[in-house]
Amino acid sequence: MTTATAASPAATTAAPSPLVEILGPEGWLAVCALGDLIPGRGVAALLPDGSQAAVFVDRGGRTYAIGNQDPFTGAQVLSRGLTGSAADRPFVASPLLKQRFDLETGECLDDPSASVPVYRVRMDGAADGGRDD
Amino acid sequence: MAAPATPATPGTHDTARPTIVLVGHGMVGQRFLEELAERGVTGRARVVVLCEEPRPAYDRVQLTSYFAGRTPDDLSLTAPDFMARHGIELHIGDPAEAIDRESRTVTARSGLTVRYDTLVLATGSYPFVPPVPGKDSAGCFVYRTIEDLLAIEDYARTAGSGVVVGGGLLGLEAAGALKGLGLRTHIVEFNPRLMALQVDEGGGSALRRTVEEMGLEVHTGVGGKEITADEDGAVTGMELSDGSRIATDLVIFSAGVRPRDQLARDCGLAVGERGGIVVDEQCRTSDPAVHAIGECALAADGRVYGLVAPGYDMARTAADAIAGKDSGFTGADLSTKLKLLGVDVASFGDAHGTTEGCLDVVYADSRSGVYKKLVIGADGTLLGGVLVGDAESYGMLRPLTGSVPPVAPEQLVLPAGAGAPAALGPSALPDDAVVCNCHNVTKGAIRSAVTEHECTTVPQVKKCTKAGTGCGSCVKALTTLVNDELAAGGVAVDTGLCGCFPHTRAELYEIVRTLRLTSYAELLESHGRPEARSGDGCEVCKPTVGSIIASLAPAVGADGYVLHGEQAALQDTNDHFLANLQRNGSYSIVPRIPGGEITPEKLIVIGEVARDFGLYTKITGGQRIDLFGARVDQLPVIWSRLVDAGFESGHAYGKALRTVKSCVGQTWCRYGVQDSVRMAIDLELRYRGLRSPHKLKSAVSGCARECAEARGKDFGVIATSNGWNLYVGGNGGADPRHADLLAQDLSDAELVRLIDRFLMFYIRTADRLERTSAWLERIEGGLDHVRDVVVHDSLGLCDELEALMAAHVAHYRDEWAETLADPDRLARFVSFVNAPGTPDPSVRFVPERDQMKPDPALLAGPTLPVRTLEGTSAR
Ligand code: SRM
Ligand SMILES: Cc1cc2nc3c(=O)[nH]c(=O)nc-3n(C[C@H](O)[C@H](O)[C@H](O)COP(=O)(O)OP(=O)(O)OC[C@H]3O[C@@H](n4cnc5c(N)ncnc54)[C@H](O)[C@@H]3O)c2cc1C
Ligand code: SF4
Ligand code: FES
Repeated sequence: MTTATAASPAATTAAPSPLVEILGPEGWLAVCALGDLIPGRGVAALLPDGSQAAVFVDRGGRTYAIGNQDPFTGAQVLSRGLTGSAADRPFVASPLLKQRFDLETGECLDDPSASVPVYRVRMDGAADGGRDD
Repeated sequence: MAAPATPATPGTHDTARPTIVLVGHGMVGQRFLEELAERGVTGRARVVVLCEEPRPAYDRVQLTSYFAGRTPDDLSLTAPDFMARHGIELHIGDPAEAIDRESRTVTARSGLTVRYDTLVLATGSYPFVPPVPGKDSAGCFVYRTIEDLLAIEDYARTAGSGVVVGGGLLGLEAAGALKGLGLRTHIVEFNPRLMALQVDEGGGSALRRTVEEMGLEVHTGVGGKEITADEDGAVTGMELSDGSRIATDLVIFSAGVRPRDQLARDCGLAVGERGGIVVDEQCRTSDPAVHAIGECALAADGRVYGLVAPGYDMARTAADAIAGKDSGFTGADLSTKLKLLGVDVASFGDAHGTTEGCLDVVYADSRSGVYKKLVIGADGTLLGGVLVGDAESYGMLRPLTGSVPPVAPEQLVLPAGAGAPAALGPSALPDDAVVCNCHNVTKGAIRSAVTEHECTTVPQVKKCTKAGTGCGSCVKALTTLVNDELAAGGVAVDTGLCGCFPHTRAELYEIVRTLRLTSYAELLESHGRPEARSGDGCEVCKPTVGSIIASLAPAVGADGYVLHGEQAALQDTNDHFLANLQRNGSYSIVPRIPGGEITPEKLIVIGEVARDFGLYTKITGGQRIDLFGARVDQLPVIWSRLVDAGFESGHAYGKALRTVKSCVGQTWCRYGVQDSVRMAIDLELRYRGLRSPHKLKSAVSGCARECAEARGKDFGVIATSNGWNLYVGGNGGADPRHADLLAQDLSDAELVRLIDRFLMFYIRTADRLERTSAWLERIEGGLDHVRDVVVHDSLGLCDELEALMAAHVAHYRDEWAETLADPDRLARFVSFVNAPGTPDPSVRFVPERDQMKPDPALLAGPTLPVRTLEGTSAR
């Protein structure tokens, strides 16, 4: 019999990985260890008010968080999109109908009338998103 | 079939317009008509054509491709409206029987008599049949016309073995055809070696070894002494001059051709001692009102040419003479490049080294059946050569003939990578070098097609110059030249995959394959556009590269598991979770049900799983069952139940093999002629997990009624009483296309081998999200090219393609079983990273028809997609 248990991500990662925190409606919230993120992919985080955030890390180690809900379909799926960069702007493409959203501003690159919320991110209480600024 | 444009009036003569009569509507005759039309002569003159065969001119050079599935219509050289458009009277099945030069009339078999001002004879050749006793028995054939092939095909149905008399170019071609028809095949050649005319001794033995390895039996240095027959007069065997005997049911004579000059002899025109209608440099016979062109003519240089290119030159010359222009035919190059039985053979220039003081440079590798010889003059001039087994360099060597090559001759014969400098390409050729031999097109003419006639693609250049539209052996050189010229003119089109890579998918495939790259990051750093190298790639190139690495995994040493390491980050969402994302964020699950066959036990398991997890179930259009509405965190538990019951991933989420549908076939159906279910299962299990540029679908039908809809598939198989017909390039969807016949009456093994090659060739050369149908229509040469490559191995790739597929088959592992065994991977199947146990509250359902559907209230509902990115879909 094959057993499948969805182990907690934190339990399987090496210890000294900084914690990723995002600034939600009720203050800073630790969502996972940096090591839980795969560069180029995202994860979803449940926020205390029931809303969802999509959290990403790029190849350079920068982290980003935007709303998880795809405004075009209403589904909570942006965390499952593929990321990339175009003209140095990091983006995620919705896995449903492929519209791209800027990870820093939340703007939809393919339809200026749509956008998603952006959350500030910091590492272990340090500066935003591990960025140099 | 073209009918006479205007009814011919027997015996009458239109005095206002001169009359041109053409006898013989073969390859050269048709070319002559085209040349006349081009010069405007058809507008001024009445043109009457007497055609002996029951159909208008067709491509005799490609005759053998009939056995590879080309129909007589495919082979036609005459556009359906050609005759009508140019007012030409074509009389099909009505040969000329007599010429009266006194009264200038030609009389045909039907009694039709036409007065001519100019008569052109293009009667071609007839196959020479040696006077062997028994040569007229039933089962003896020649190999010249479509009718010959139809008769051979018919007779071969009840034959077990065949003998081809003659081991020359045509004999080998005929032998290949017999082998293809499933006959045990012998070649009997009077000369001590095969293709004695074209190749020298070394080339002959390399050729012989390769031919024998293919299972053909070669008898050289012997002739046929007698053909024995049974009491019904049907062939039973052949006695050879050395006293030995071959049992055979069928004999094809391919011992050379003789010019058809009887009509000319009968009316007193001069003919050569060994046949052929004597003509001068303008292709005029001894009677200035009569021309002779093509294989029936004995040219001014004293030769009868048995190739089509010199015939075309003569057609042009005669049309010029008739139009009052001056040109001449003084002789032609006898260079040939052929693909015989899958072996490349080429000879050019003074292949036998008859020039005084010449030297040979030879490279021979008997292990791989490669033999290359160049003949070099005392002053270093390249005079000619022979290439067997590897004729890649022919396109470049032939035009260099007559000049001193820019590199040492030995470097021209060494195989690539064996110390030879970067191959010397067509760019090194002088402008007056003839690149296309069939149409006598020089490099200069090709360049000016681009620079002066503004052609920007290879097909345009082909149309403008005719280069590459004959035997096709120059297309590669042509393409290089056109691209060079375009690049030089700065017209380079950006064919790059996306903003990150300047390469096409096919180029990236080659890069990954040859450099054995297994990492996207490495590929981006080394081959990305400079501005994209430090970036994150994009949603277009990441899955594309992920797919290439997966297709090539065993060959480049990558892990075939799509979620391995960095590869996980490249996959589209569906591949990342090994399931299909639905509109509300839930997933659907499609276990593989090979061939659509399923046991009651397995059906029960699917039912139980669906019931236990509350999933919506539906039979798909692909003959399997889809379970909808699973949350991402449920996928592992559901799959562990399915894997335990013996199910595997159905790859409904991947650009990969989907289903091989089947009909019930011979086992149950009263019409079935083969076991289509077994074949469908075998194929599905063979190709499962194969990642490709787009999804791949297949089906197998048990008879021509086609209940499995195989012709709507990327590769479809239809049973025949002799085996299987293989169709390729079909699809359904918005723009349906019926698949084309690639090959017929294949054995199980032959079928699988061809599919292996076809799929790997497609994977290698297609663009991203380009289905086989679109690919087949896009690629240069279309179906014919694909057939050449995968059936006739024209690029010498087949071994490699088969090896790649064998590696795929050997390394296949079920993705879901593998994922379930890996706790790190399973950790990703959670709705929330910070609350792994919590189900996603946004994934909710409402009842519908005794099952459930996504809750519409939770969804905004899709607004129109703003991004029309092709292939956003998963299936
Ligand atoms: C589930 C299924 C419909 C069903 O309930 O029967 C289905 C569902 C989808 N098909 Fe299909 N197709 C399904 C059988 C077919 C068939 C029938 C067949 O395979 O014999 C066809 C016509 C044959 C063909 O593919 O040529 C078919 C032709 C398409 C096409 C058009 C392809 C084309 O080349 O034109 C698309 C669009 C695309 O792939 O770009 C498509 C795309 C899709 C997508 C991915 C549409 C989308 O963008 O969401 C649907 C996936 C839903 C999902 O995620 O689960 N589906 N689709 C069938 C699954 C078959 C299976 O067992 O795997
Ligand atoms: C299997 C095969 C493979 C070949 N491969 C190659 C190759 O790879 N490269 C190459 O260069 N060449 C090749 N050839 C040779 C090439 O086909 C010929 O050189 C070419 O067809 C010659 O053209 P033609 O018009 O002179 O003769 P044909 O094409 O033979 O046409 C002559 C026509 O005249 C008709 N005819 C004869 N007498 C009469 C009459 N009295 N009245 C009316 N009609 C008449 C005949 O029926 C025939 O249709 C191949 C030939 C064969 C059979
Ligand atoms: S395709 Fe032929 S064998 Fe198959 S079910 Fe239909 S009729 Fe029967
Ligand atoms: S050489 Fe035959 S087509 Fe160009």
